[in-house]
Amino acid sequence: MRLKNFALPTAALALSFALPAHAQTEIQWWHSMGGALGEALNGLADKFNASQKDYKVVATYKGQYPESMTAAIAAFRAGNAPHLLQVFEVGTATMMAAKGAIVPVATVMANANEPFDPKAYLPTVVGYYTDLKGNMLSFPFNSSTVMFYINKDAFKKAGLDPNKAPKTWKEVLAAADKLKASGQECVYTTSWPSWMHIENFSAWHNVPIGTKQNGMGGLDTVFTINSPLHVRHIAMLGDMSKKGLFTYAGRTNQGDAKFSSGECAMFSGSAGAQAGIKKAAKFDWSINFIPYHDDVPGAPQNSIIGGASVWVMGGKKPDEYKGVAKFMAFLSRPDIQMEWHTTTGYVPITQASYELTRKSGFYDKNPGADMPVKQLTNKAPTENSKGLRFGNFVQGRTVIEEELENVFAGKKDAKTALDDAVRRGNEILRQFEAANK
Amino acid sequence: MLVAPQVAITLVFFFWPAAQAIWYSFQLQDAFGLKTQFVGLQNFSTLFNDSYYLASFKVTALFSALVAFFGLAISLLLATMADRVVRGAMAYKTLLIWPYAVAPAVAGVLWAFLFAPSIGIVTYVLKSMGIDWNWILRGDQAMLLVVIAAVWKQISYNFLFFLAGLQSIPRSLIEAASIDGASPLRRFWTIVFPLLSPTTFFLLVVNMVYAFFDTFGIIDATTQGGPAQATQILVYKVYHDGVKAGDLGGSSAQSVILMVIVIALTVAQFRYIERKVQY
Repeated sequence: MRLKNFALPTAALALSFALPAHAQTEIQWWHSMGGALGEALNGLADKFNASQKDYKVVATYKGQYPESMTAAIAAFRAGNAPHLLQVFEVGTATMMAAKGAIVPVATVMANANEPFDPKAYLPTVVGYYTDLKGNMLSFPFNSSTVMFYINKDAFKKAGLDPNKAPKTWKEVLAAADKLKASGQECVYTTSWPSWMHIENFSAWHNVPIGTKQNGMGGLDTVFTINSPLHVRHIAMLGDMSKKGLFTYAGRTNQGDAKFSSGECAMFSGSAGAQAGIKKAAKFDWSINFIPYHDDVPGAPQNSIIGGASVWVMGGKKPDEYKGVAKFMAFLSRPDIQMEWHTTTGYVPITQASYELTRKSGFYDKNPGADMPVKQLTNKAPTENSKGLRFGNFVQGRTVIEEELENVFAGKKDAKTALDDAVRRGNEILRQFEAANK
Repeated sequence: MLVAPQVAITLVFFFWPAAQAIWYSFQLQDAFGLKTQFVGLQNFSTLFNDSYYLASFKVTALFSALVAFFGLAISLLLATMADRVVRGAMAYKTLLIWPYAVAPAVAGVLWAFLFAPSIGIVTYVLKSMGIDWNWILRGDQAMLLVVIAAVWKQISYNFLFFLAGLQSIPRSLIEAASIDGASPLRRFWTIVFPLLSPTTFFLLVVNMVYAFFDTFGIIDATTQGGPAQATQILVYKVYHDGVKAGDLGGSSAQSVILMVIVIALTVAQFRYIERKVQY
């Protein structure tokens, strides 16, 4: 009796020790997708876990982008970083410079013998996360771009053709005057001012944001956002602000609510804002390409992405990396990409998934849903329009936004503000260069 | 020997982090801590050559002075009133103490909602009065907003101490003064206020430290230092550069500077203002 009592737990214990050898390998994935986006992400992880038996992806929400990145850095310093980490696009340079902390996606795929063709991905999307030799560094998970939205009802009221959204800034100004005259209190607003009016503005007009291919060619890059074209554009916005034709909404996505509530008639913001506008707007609206200055040769070029990519962290076991590679291959599957694209509004990252979505008739049922991809692939990307990579760009963006605010508030002229932004931004770049030698 | 545990706790939880901050402030590090270089005073010289960093001293001084002054003045007024209330005193006091239970970030969001440029209730009222309220773009209004939120948050705490202080003032003194024919205002300034000075002094120090260190939650939830650095106080920049931007060296250097300022301020307060305090 005694022996039996003893034997059973012992056997159980032995079994529990033996189990891990056969159990699934867990892959930790830290991300920043809250709410509906988080549900969609968990759906992907569940689907992958159900599709095979060897690996289990455990997705954990770690707060917003800066928070989850900070958490992962702290975890890395303590020696228990996750396998996968979702990092926003401005953190790309920081991650890339941390050799030893990360493993390039291309390496992970090659080591695991997973089929992997970088050409299958949309060039503007993948270019942002690729080094100069063409190695994909991180997996472009959720990408959007900036779009131009108009309130068709407000256009009608102002006597404008609601089906003809302004294509150039000249047309925007003309429409703005009419909208103002019709009693529209807020005519134009924007979310993400630096992303829209500096970063995407530069790519769209095929002018550099910084030297060395927008920082992709080396850490010794300097900002070039005080060119005459930049100054002219920001001065125009400052002038619009003074005349009450442009209402500044803040540094993040505060502009979204100003448009969807009907307060503002024209708006530039993320393609990801569509879902919220669809839900909240009580008026007819349309999504369009962002405006350009028609006297600039080559414009419009193509816009650049925003959003986040998934990085593979270093120091893990080979078997775990195999699982990571399998998961990345799974995420690239056209049907999986189509599901992610159609439920979230983020752009599909492969050519095949874009085609598949088109064939499914999704774009016919949801007019405008393919505009972001069309804008991103408007032309083959150049050195100025494939993306950007600046160290400590979290601080860099803050500097740019501060200087833009000075112009919008009428405290500085555009030239002085952009000169200051370049000078202060360059100091941050030099600091980053010194820290990552 | 009896204070040994306390000394140990102080060493581990106060001196150790402080020493680490000082050590980091002499270094240049990438975010992951993979490469570390000793750079001496370079982090400091970078900061002091940055006119924008120097400007944020002014902003911090203004912000702290406003928060400490209004925080103390309003709660003293409320406490004096509460001290006289006979009926419903409990309910009145409880309501006043409530805001203290609210986290700074929540307080910030709350006020940001009330004052939101397009949807806020207060904005609506201000607009109907013909005031153009847009703190997203106007620095002075942004400052006003964060001061209101920070003061509101701190009033309960100050109120509690003032009330306790008021209740410990002997009634006989005040009664004697009123028999002599002193007006309520005069009674307050010549008897109550001087007798309250130890409390006021203590609260001044606490409020200064609060304004310097604890308010970044409010700033982060509302203005994030903007527009154009109008509300960029020193501690928010420490938080932004260190936590959000991963610049440990620069952020540590800033926190060392902040530490020196607060130590200097506290010493000054104890040496000069405390002399005027009557215990």
